[in-house]
Amino acid sequence: MVTKTVDFSARAVEALHNARLRGSFRDAMDDLIRKRLDHFRDETLFRELSGEGAAIRARALSRLPELLEQLERKLVSNGITVHWAEDAAQANETVLKIIRAHDSRRVIKGKSMVTEEIGLNDFLETRNVEVLESDLGEYILQLLDERPSHIVMPAIHKTKAQIAELFARKFPEIPYTEDVDTLTATARRVLRDAFRSTRIGISGVNFMVAETGTLCLVENEGNGRMCTTIPDVHIAVTGIEKVVEKLADVPPLLALLTRSATGQPITTYFNMISSPRREGEKDGPKEVHLVLVDNGRSDIFANPDFQETLRCIRCGACINHCPVYTRIGGHSYGTTYPGPIGTVFAPLQDGLKERGELLSASTLCNACTEVCPVRIPLAGLINRLRAEYAAPRGNVKDAGSGRSWKEAMAWKLWSAVYARPRLYQRLLNWGLKHRDRLPRELAPWSDSRAMPVIAEKSLHQLVREKSEADQ
Amino acid sequence: MSTARENILARLRAAETQAPTFDAEPQPPPEWGMREKRLRFIERMEAVRAEVIETSADDLATVLASWLASREVRSLLHDPGSRWAEMLHQAIADGAELPELIAFNREIELWKRSLFDNVDAALTTTLGGIAETGSLMLWPSADEPRSMSLVPPIHIAVLEEKQLYATFAEALEQQQWAEAMPSNALLISGPSKSADIERTLAYGVHGPKELLVLLLRDEDEEAS
Ligand code: SF4
Repeated sequence: MVTKTVDFSARAVEALHNARLRGSFRDAMDDLIRKRLDHFRDETLFRELSGEGAAIRARALSRLPELLEQLERKLVSNGITVHWAEDAAQANETVLKIIRAHDSRRVIKGKSMVTEEIGLNDFLETRNVEVLESDLGEYILQLLDERPSHIVMPAIHKTKAQIAELFARKFPEIPYTEDVDTLTATARRVLRDAFRSTRIGISGVNFMVAETGTLCLVENEGNGRMCTTIPDVHIAVTGIEKVVEKLADVPPLLALLTRSATGQPITTYFNMISSPRREGEKDGPKEVHLVLVDNGRSDIFANPDFQETLRCIRCGACINHCPVYTRIGGHSYGTTYPGPIGTVFAPLQDGLKERGELLSASTLCNACTEVCPVRIPLAGLINRLRAEYAAPRGNVKDAGSGRSWKEAMAWKLWSAVYARPRLYQRLLNWGLKHRDRLPRELAPWSDSRAMPVIAEKSLHQLVREKSEADQ
Repeated sequence: MSTARENILARLRAAETQAPTFDAEPQPPPEWGMREKRLRFIERMEAVRAEVIETSADDLATVLASWLASREVRSLLHDPGSRWAEMLHQAIADGAELPELIAFNREIELWKRSLFDNVDAALTTTLGGIAETGSLMLWPSADEPRSMSLVPPIHIAVLEEKQLYATFAEALEQQQWAEAMPSNALLISGPSKSADIERTLAYGVHGPKELLVLLLRDEDEEAS
């Protein structure tokens, strides 16, 4: 699952000192930024498209409960079984129950951030169910026992050489190679055997269509199609917010998603599943299950200040454009979703006591807000959460838990002084006179910055002198 | 776990929902003629390393035979009931060198191993193509199951030019998908690929390594 953020700063500092890691994130993000921009050079066009995307998602959220019911009715009449889970534990138990009902000991998985969020893999493994990740990046991370560092490109922090070394260790029968085609072919061979022999496939979902009861999956590799086509049973796990009203809502969202995520006009596969294998059909799963996961989403939904967070289509553009993410990488956050969207989502989901420290991982430069294809005002939301963190207000879990009495006192003192010009002037003069004896450090601020030296004269004085000289 | 359902829905219903508005007009669909659509489709497909051969229904069997020979394909999965199958069988009868033609005539469970290991290529029809993104639309069926475009290392798709649409939105609307969705509908835009190892593109990671589109010219349009 995810690590708690107690030592977010410690992890960030460590990542900052890893020059190789910083270099590879920088290169990767620059590349993704360039590729996205190829599609959205025309700023007006992007505004039109993102407005349409935001409107579709907002319209769906404004009718969320009815749409979920409609979706369920449609799916059930199409032959898909629908399960609801309030939290991670219920979701995991639900999946386990389905696996046990089929007497199975092994599942094969496509990429799914929600299963990452609920810690499904660890849960299943402790219950003697073997889990095999099949997305190439996720597969590599599973062999390494590591977590994704990006929601779209999970193994972006690994180099070719590291992966070559890993494969040489895991598959000694194959000679060491850094040739990507050969490495990919090895994974293909191993995973194809698994697809053929595993009876249960698990996947995530990108969009669910209430009108037709359709689950949509976006991918390039084909492992998602494998997981949802070859095994006897397909279990889809996703968040309740992913629903849209109608099929016609899908093309604009799909176009925004792939262009924003990887700069592709479309991915290799767009897979729309509306029912299990029908009478007379010769392949496809005989059973399809959908597990609808809440896990804090309904609370975010109930909070008018933050409801729009749920418009997110998980494209990762805000992450790719975040100057903080680019420097500290995905693992520092210790959350399922890193970058700006994670900085908003994690405190809302887990509370500010646990996740408040993350709020410092933003320069409020607004790049995330500018690129978000569904116009989520991420920087504004981060700022609002900072306010909640420092002073109890609103209804975010553990609001005020970041309040420090020292900081509060300091600001109080400052405003008291600043409101009295004469007192301010007197203190300022005193400070200027004794400027050599003022503290040279102000930890933690000065830990990584040089303290500015106080000027000999205040701006006030300088201006006065200048205007006197000019006369 | 129906209490979970009730609890979640109750929480959602209790919440106030806002319906913010956004100053955006839906984009009008581009007005592309057939030639424009064809060129765009081909350009997009080739950009993702798919191969497009423009041909006609009459030449299909010959073109296919020589392409398959160049790839040393020994077995071709196809739907014996399709219009193209008839042409292929006729071509064989006329002496053309074609690989062994196999039909998906039983449930996958009965021949999974062989499907995975022994089939070199599969030929499928399509419901049409999308010019904007270079995509094929497939509705797998009992005659052309889902795994035909997924499991064999080579996928060959027949696309009739008159079935080219400008955008996905336009195709959905004109073909009225929302009326009755099939168990599985697919957009396929190129061979399977991954960039998960240091962002280096590698093809055929799980699905087909090669995608060939046989684009059949619209004879009517040609004449006019
Ligand atoms: S918040 Fe916006 S930019 Fe970030 S992942 Fe979600 S949709 Fe993409």
